[in-house]
Amino acid sequence: MQLGFLVDLHLCMGCKGCEIACKVENEVPLSTWRLRVKYVDVGTFPETRRTFTPLRCNHCENAPCERICPVSALHYLENGIVNIDKERCIGCAGCVMACPYGAIYIDPQTQTADKCTYCAHRVASSMMPACVVACPVQANIFGDLEDPTSNISKYIQVHQGGVQVRKPEKGTNPHHFYVGGGNITLNPLASHRIEGHQLFNNITTLPVGGHH
Amino acid sequence: MAAHEILAATNAVVTLDIALPGVVWPWLVTVNMWAKSIGTGVIFMLFMLLRMHPESVKNLRLTTTIVAFISINIFLLFTLADLHQPFRMWHIFVYSSWSSAIAWGSFMASIFLGLLTLLAFLAYKKNDETFDKVLLWTAILAIPVTLYTAALMAQCTARELWQMPTEAAQMILAATLSGSAAMILIGGNKLSDEAKKTLGVVLGLSALMAFIIYMSEYIFGPMKAEEVAAVLEYIKGDGPYTVMFWLGQWMTYILPMLFILLSRANKSDSILRLAAILALVGLAIVKHVWLMIPQLLPMS
Ligand code: SF4
Ligand code: SF4
Repeated sequence: MQLGFLVDLHLCMGCKGCEIACKVENEVPLSTWRLRVKYVDVGTFPETRRTFTPLRCNHCENAPCERICPVSALHYLENGIVNIDKERCIGCAGCVMACPYGAIYIDPQTQTADKCTYCAHRVASSMMPACVVACPVQANIFGDLEDPTSNISKYIQVHQGGVQVRKPEKGTNPHHFYVGGGNITLNPLASHRIEGHQLFNNITTLPVGGHH
Repeated sequence: MAAHEILAATNAVVTLDIALPGVVWPWLVTVNMWAKSIGTGVIFMLFMLLRMHPESVKNLRLTTTIVAFISINIFLLFTLADLHQPFRMWHIFVYSSWSSAIAWGSFMASIFLGLLTLLAFLAYKKNDETFDKVLLWTAILAIPVTLYTAALMAQCTARELWQMPTEAAQMILAATLSGSAAMILIGGNKLSDEAKKTLGVVLGLSALMAFIIYMSEYIFGPMKAEEVAAVLEYIKGDGPYTVMFWLGQWMTYILPMLFILLSRANKSDSILRLAAILALVGLAIVKHVWLMIPQLLPMS
């Protein structure tokens, strides 16, 4: 079994339902995120458009975070999920430095690394990840990539050439795919980040590990 | 932010993204690398001088070992201080994952510290024969100890700037540069003119080679990878680390090279010492800039 995710960006409407569901399900502390929906505005007024991209851990087949972790706190489950054992983590932040997708953070409460686990605890009880359940338009498709009859496999078969991953050049082989993505949605270097141009400008982030 | 892929036609602007905080490995890691370079570098230099100019350094065994011992302890202390769960450090030795450069580094640095302790004891007892035998193995172990950080940086897949062959070369050069500089200061007037000349040559050549590598990356790196191009923008133009980058290059490489030539021409020990001090202080700046800049780039 190899679990994977696919997000159809044509369907995503940026409601952040998945983000909130993840926060609640996994008790993700303030100023940290396992799953974020990134907004990028494209075009020049009045010809403008807003794109939405949910970003989470890609559960890479060749995961740099798992490789660099000195104590195997990051490890593979049999179903392909890259899981984390917070009791074992020493907080060296090597994984945060290694992940090319910025998917890992240091939990300010436990002072250990944390990230999306595809809701491994729910999956173990045959439930769908919280974000999948919360999505009102079924933009998040989750399932077994090794089973050709699973929803995700069928979706990939139908969309074939339109299926992309983030930063394929890193050789990580993500198990997280996007349909309807493009340079702007998937490449962080393809858009400006202008000071004061965030929708919520008062958002603050804690320094790594917390405590202002 | 440098983002050369941004097209005027798309005019794409991020309007909502709470990127996870940027600097993950702070200045503590700079001190870690800096102290480790000195700790391993002086061992290389002691080993070399004992073969090339034994008379000059026969009384420097204990002092040099103590400098290496203190440096490696600073390195380990700052490594520990940088952990978010320092009291779980022992997990590395119990749950070691051998795919990780951190695990390898921890074991090797611990053995290295053990050998340094033994060397200090032997030097204190004036058992020079055994000291020199143990020093051989310590010098050999110092090579992977100083290189493991390069391996660790290479394992940081997210940081395109840190490429393995380059970082390995820079780590060794940082050790020979800081080791020769520290040895010039430790040895002082006890060193013969020939020994000083040898150390000056090692310092100057290390500076030259490290400077060439940095400049090559500065000029040619952007031609190979867009992330490298974007990262190097932080040390170009009015980038946040431009001043610090050039200050480091001048202090660590350019000025010491010039001062070493000057010290040879004038037979001046004070100019040689000035070159050594500049190289030692500058190395911390150079390392810090190279550690920080890839961490400024948004990953998502
Ligand atoms: S996306 Fe990052 S955190 Fe997730 S498996 Fe890949 S490297 Fe690890
Ligand atoms: S912070 Fe924790 S999970 Fe990440 S590499 Fe270090 S020990 Fe492993």
